[in-house]
Amino acid sequence: MAKVHVTTTINGEPTEFLCEPQQSLLDALRNNLGLTGTKEGCGTGDCGACSITLDGRLTCSCLVLAVEADGHSIGTIEGMAQGDKLHPLQRKFLEMAALQCGICTPGVLIAARALLEKNPNPTETEVRFGLAGNLCRCTGYDKIVRAVMDTAAEMRETAS
Amino acid sequence: MTEIRYLAPRTLEDAVSAFAAAQGAASGTARILAGGTDLLVQMRAGVVQPGTIIDIKKIEEVTAITEQPDGSFVIGAAVSGATLHDHPRFGKVWPGVLEAVNLIGSKQVQGRASPGGNLCNASPAGDSVPAMIAAGAVVTVQGPNGRRTLPVEKVPAGPGRTTLTPGEILVSFTLPARPAGSGDAYLRMIPRTEMDIAVVGCGVNLTMAGGKVTAARVGLGAVAPVPLLVEDAAKALIGSTLDEAALEAAAAACRAACNPINDKRGTIAYRTKVAGVLLKRTAAIAAERAGRK
Ligand SMILES: Cc1cc2nc3c(=O)[nH]c(=O)nc-3n(C[C@H](O)[C@H](O)[C@H](O)COP(=O)(O)OP(=O)(O)OC[C@H]3O[C@@H](n4cnc5c(N)ncnc54)[C@H](O)[C@@H]3O)c2cc1C
Ligand code: FES
Ligand code: FES
Repeated sequence: MAKVHVTTTINGEPTEFLCEPQQSLLDALRNNLGLTGTKEGCGTGDCGACSITLDGRLTCSCLVLAVEADGHSIGTIEGMAQGDKLHPLQRKFLEMAALQCGICTPGVLIAARALLEKNPNPTETEVRFGLAGNLCRCTGYDKIVRAVMDTAAEMRETAS
Repeated sequence: MTEIRYLAPRTLEDAVSAFAAAQGAASGTARILAGGTDLLVQMRAGVVQPGTIIDIKKIEEVTAITEQPDGSFVIGAAVSGATLHDHPRFGKVWPGVLEAVNLIGSKQVQGRASPGGNLCNASPAGDSVPAMIAAGAVVTVQGPNGRRTLPVEKVPAGPGRTTLTPGEILVSFTLPARPAGSGDAYLRMIPRTEMDIAVVGCGVNLTMAGGKVTAARVGLGAVAPVPLLVEDAAKALIGSTLDEAALEAAAAACRAACNPINDKRGTIAYRTKVAGVLLKRTAAIAAERAGRK
C-alpha cells in the first residue's frame, strides 16, 4: 500500500514520517514515531487518554488521521517537561498522588494544561467540566481535580 | 481496513469534482472529512469503509466565520466548536446556537467537531441542528451542478441520511441579521450532566417588542427521525407575552410533533412529556436574552 509522506512539527521539532492513509495520528505517534507517552484507551473519542494539541487546540489523536497532521503543529506529553524540569502540573500530580495506574495521566495533563492556559483561575466545576473528556478508572477524580486547582493557584502566585 | 485514498483539495471546485468522480467509481464510497469525530469512529467500527476521503479543512470558505455588513453570520461547514466559541462576536449574537454547538462532546471533541458534520451525520439527536433550525439558518451547498441554498431543516432525510445529492458538499450556514430585542437558547435533556446523547433537544429563537413576542421559531431534536421545525409552537408564542396559556399551547404543539423511539435513554411517553417541559424552559431563557424584564 502506498505510504504517505507527512511533514509536521512535534513539540517544536520539525518532524517527517511515513504513514498509511487510514492510520490514526495516535497510531502513528506511538508506532511510527515511538512517542508512546500518548495512550490509547477507547480509540473512539470517549476516554481522552490520547489527548494531544493540534495547533494549540486540545484534540483526541485517535480521531485525527495521521495524514491530517501535515503542515500542522502537534503537542504531546513528551514536550511537557523542559528537560528534567517538570511542568507544575506534573510536579503537583506527583506530590498530591493524582494518579494510580497512570494510563489516563498523560491525557489528563495535556487537557489540564489546555484548560489552565484558557482559564488560569477555574472553579472546581470548571475543572470538572474541562476534564469531562478524560476518564480515569482509578483515582475517582477528586485527587486530579484538587491537583489541578492547586497548580492553578501556584501558577497564579508565580505569575504575579 | 481496505486501502483508502486521502485527498485534501484547496478549492471547493476541486473537492466537488473529486467527490463526484469518487462516488461514481467502483472503488467504494467516498466520504467528506470535516472534524472526523463521527467519521473516524464509524470507520473504526467498520460501519463505513470509504475508498476515498476528501478532507475539506484546507478550503478557506468552509473554515471561515464571517459577520456580514448587514449583520448576518456565515459559518463555514467545517468550523470547529472551539473556533466558533473563540469568535469575539458570534456568541454575543447567537448564544443559543453557540451553546448547542458547544454541547457536542468533550473539550477534545470540540477541538474538531463541526456544525456541518453534525448536520450531515444526520443523527436525529445532533445537538446543533434544533438550534440552527430555530435560528432560521440557511445552508449553502455546492455540487457538480453548481450552488443552491436551502433551509437547514431540509437537509436531514432520516437517521444517517441527507437530501444532498451525489457530489454535493455542504459549504456554510447563513444566520440572518438579528432585529433588536432578539434572543435564542438551546437546552437538552440527558441523564448525566456531560458527555451523553440528547433524549430531547429544544432550540427557541424569539424577537420581542413591548413585552410581546413578534417573531418565534422552535426546533426540536431526538423526538423524531429528523430534527423538527415546530411551526405550531412558534404560532402559539407569537403575539403573546409568554404567559402560561401561550407557553402551555406551545408545549402542547411540541408534544404533538413528537414521533420518538423507545430506547434505554427514554421511553416514548417520557420523551414526549420532556419536549413540552423543555420548550417552556428554553423559551424563558430566550426571552431573558431578548431583554424581557
Ligand atoms: C466522544 C464523543 C461525544 C460526542 N457527543 C456528541 C453530543 O453530545 N452531541 C452531538 O450532537 N454529537 C456528539 N458527537 C458526535 C459528533 O462529534 C458530532 O456529530 C460532530 O458535530 C460531527 O462533526 P465532525 O466535523 O467531526 O464530522 P465528521 O465526522 O467529519 O463528518 C460527519 C459526517 O458528515 C459528513 N460531512 C461532514 N462535513 C460535510 C460537508 N461539509 N458536506 C457533506 N458531508 C459532510 C461526513 O462525510 C460524515 O459522514 C460525539 C462524538 C464523540 C466521539
Ligand atoms: S483513545 Fe482517543 S479518546 Fe480514548
Ligand atoms: S490513574 Fe489509572 S486510569 Fe487514571
